[in-house]
Amino acid sequence: MSLITRLKDYFSKKSDIEEQIEVLAKQKQSKMGKLTARQRIEEILDNGTFHEYDLFVEHQAVDFGLDKKYLPGDGVITGTGTILGHPVCIYAQDFTVAGGSLGLAHARKITKIMDHAMTLGLPIICINDSGGARIQEGVNSLAGYGEIFYRNTRASGVIPQISVILGPCAGGAVYSPALTDFVFVVDKISKMFITGPEVIKTVLGEEISMEDLGGARVQAEITGNAHFYAETELECFEQIKRLVTFIPWNNRKKADKFPSIQPKSLFQIDKIIPEEPSNPYDIRDIIKAIADNSDFFEIHELWASNIVIGFVRLNGETIGVIANQPLVLAGVLDVDSSVKAARFIRFCDAFNIPLVTLVDLPGYLPGVDQEHAGVIRHGAKLLYAYSEATVPKITVILRKAYGGGYIAMCSRHLGSDFVFAWPSAEIAVMGPEGAANIIFKQEIANADNPNDVRKQKVAEYTEKFANPYIAAAAGHIDAVINPLETREYVLHALQIAENKVDNVIHKKHGIPPF
Amino acid sequence: MNKNEFENIEIDDTKYKTLLTKNYLRRKHYTPKDPNLILAFIPGTIRDICVSTGDFIKKDQDLLVLEAMKMKNKIKAPFDAKIKGVNINVGDTVIKNQVLIEFVQ
Repeated sequence: MSLITRLKDYFSKKSDIEEQIEVLAKQKQSKMGKLTARQRIEEILDNGTFHEYDLFVEHQAVDFGLDKKYLPGDGVITGTGTILGHPVCIYAQDFTVAGGSLGLAHARKITKIMDHAMTLGLPIICINDSGGARIQEGVNSLAGYGEIFYRNTRASGVIPQISVILGPCAGGAVYSPALTDFVFVVDKISKMFITGPEVIKTVLGEEISMEDLGGARVQAEITGNAHFYAETELECFEQIKRLVTFIPWNNRKKADKFPSIQPKSLFQIDKIIPEEPSNPYDIRDIIKAIADNSDFFEIHELWASNIVIGFVRLNGETIGVIANQPLVLAGVLDVDSSVKAARFIRFCDAFNIPLVTLVDLPGYLPGVDQEHAGVIRHGAKLLYAYSEATVPKITVILRKAYGGGYIAMCSRHLGSDFVFAWPSAEIAVMGPEGAANIIFKQEIANADNPNDVRKQKVAEYTEKFANPYIAAAAGHIDAVINPLETREYVLHALQIAENKVDNVIHKKHGIPPF
Repeated sequence: MNKNEFENIEIDDTKYKTLLTKNYLRRKHYTPKDPNLILAFIPGTIRDICVSTGDFIKKDQDLLVLEAMKMKNKIKAPFDAKIKGVNINVGDTVIKNQVLIEFVQ
């Protein structure tokens, strides 16, 4: 056969497959309000950069009529490309080919591109849209899942892993996203659960819709399984692109540096905190007052919003910000907020992203539900993550830093490199009211007018302890600073800490309170 | 920020004005367990009832069989008691935490 005939043969084979996939796929997916697997990849990647691999892969299964079934690409598209110039590996499950079901060949295509991502040191983007295991392939399909989870775990902390849920992702399949660093969901399209509404109804008699059980909003707001929520697929893709600019390709690199841009004058850092110490404000205004171009890329915006996490740039460099949010639940620490911050700190530490912590919290959330949910173990994750992190750690105490909360929020004692406090900082074991009620319990009880005595004692305590100077006198903080100097101090601290060496005793790994 | 949306949350005797989250609002409120009630620990179907109202029962005596998740669970008496009421019949489907049997000690 001449090369010309061979080429003709090749083009007809290729276009056959692509046509089968695309034409049918478009009809089927658009009925469900979804883009096709290929469209998704092309929308996320820079124009014309997608290079597909394993287009000709076919499954070897023979049971239940599979031997007569040709599944184009075995239901998944894999390849490489760039996002705003950053190289990435990517795969997208194709729901229109056997429901995107995962058989062994499908899984092997995925593990192959994951292996590429690992050896090449590139982020991987995993687009999930699958009905689950290909039941006809039996245990081979389960083997496929296992091989993916194994690689997710091995790649954790080596390359950034991004999961995008653009259809159903149910049963065992959910554990791949759960093992990755960031999960994106889209309203009305994403569905995640271990056991679906049908099973729950038959076995337990409880009725619930798929949306209420594991829809996008639920995963983003109630469970925290999803980090980013979008109304449409295109909005979701913009979020992914933005995320990719903030993170490095792998754990041996730093994130790309951008030009330094001053914060916008709209955010006046000294005018955000209210006069009354128990009144709320939006901590994100403070973050924007410090960040380059006042640009804050928030993660987990809808879940556990009593703590705020996300990326900013300072002097052009990516920084992970963790901040208590007085606007929500007074900014307390609880089970969810501790877990949320701890995981983020570990991501930043693994990928050489310095941490800036802004502190304003009254302590831990009291409640039977919290204690019974294991706030001791979950709260400990935050202490563990901060103590373990060896990237530069800068802490700014804005207002309240009480008790265990003070220690947990990257205090000097957990290895913060620099701790700064505003003059409004109150670093103490607890708030003045609570402290006075305990210390002067007898005096208040025995007084003729307990309320007056209480007020007086609270005032005394406030005068004596509700300030940063006792902690400063003990050297627990490095400097009391004018709020207007915050950005300058943080930038300088980051510059000074750039070549930080934190020697960690060699060990196989620590044992965090998972 | 709409100030009318703020609620109070009290920590160490100080009231803070703040917004509440969905998860905070739907948190479970604690109610102490009443030892005289046998509750369904899982939703399921009653397959057998071994006692009737007025019976005196001994600790560990079989009370009923609750089938759930394809498993037949024998529910036993937690202590010596008198049966005050049996609130279910064989074949009933019960929801989680439904009262099945009441005791007097």
